[in-house]
Amino acid sequence: MWNYEKRLQYPVKITQTNPRIAQVIITQFGGPDGELAASMRYLAQRYTMPYREVTGVLTDIGTEELAHMEIICAIVHQLTRNLSPEEIEKSGFDKYYVDHTLALWPQSAGGTPWTATYFQSKGDPITDLHEDMAAEQKARTTYDNILRLVKDPEICDPIRFLRQREIVHYQRFGESLRIVQDHLDSKNFYAINPEFDPNCK
Amino acid sequence: MNEKKPCRKELLDWINIVSFAVDDTKLFLDTHPCDQDALEYFHEFKCQRIQALNEYAKYYGPLTLDTADSQTERWNWINEPWPWQEGGC
Repeated sequence: MWNYEKRLQYPVKITQTNPRIAQVIITQFGGPDGELAASMRYLAQRYTMPYREVTGVLTDIGTEELAHMEIICAIVHQLTRNLSPEEIEKSGFDKYYVDHTLALWPQSAGGTPWTATYFQSKGDPITDLHEDMAAEQKARTTYDNILRLVKDPEICDPIRFLRQREIVHYQRFGESLRIVQDHLDSKNFYAINPEFDPNCK
Repeated sequence: MNEKKPCRKELLDWINIVSFAVDDTKLFLDTHPCDQDALEYFHEFKCQRIQALNEYAKYYGPLTLDTADSQTERWNWINEPWPWQEGGC
């Protein structure tokens, strides 16, 4: 169950449109290391997670990623609102515009549609948490790459907030991995899979 | 009554601040469930957040389902701009 809260987790107020940079930033909506993939990854992985702390982390970070997806979409929307056909053509936004007009659609910067193959839900807590930690670092790198291209402080500000959250989430997943390993045989973490092998938790 | 009306932007900024404190502490508590300092910090900002959300709803319309008032002539949830829009949150 989720309830909508009618505010952004971090405010977005962009006064200057920039369809060229919008096509880069949209990758954090529907790209391989974007917020949609992040949310779906954690929310999918949590059902078989046997440790309550880690289920909590997956649920709460998975939920926060939805709020981040909304921030990214707000940025892209504000960068592309009220565009003229001339601005669309000049900025190279025409290839997106022809299929989606000015609506939001989850794709990577290169135009690849969002796909569930961007993430794994493997059913093994060590495997999944390593994927989750890597995902946070990949998203952090993507934000670093975006920040090298963006000059407008109104865009940089919310992007920096999102980048910082990747680092906090990485920390929480690291702690989650430690909690998982504390439950396992310290001589052989791989002796059993606590999401599958019965009575071994 | 008008004298007491809070500035919309200041109140919203405050809601964002206390909500972020709650969100971040919630994640910390997931992996440190017995940390008394974090529990106290969470409690303090959770109370401030509830108070601020109620105050916002009173003057500027609801941001949450729990602060939406149906004892009115019109359903207020859709009145105010959405967060990605001009004048939104």
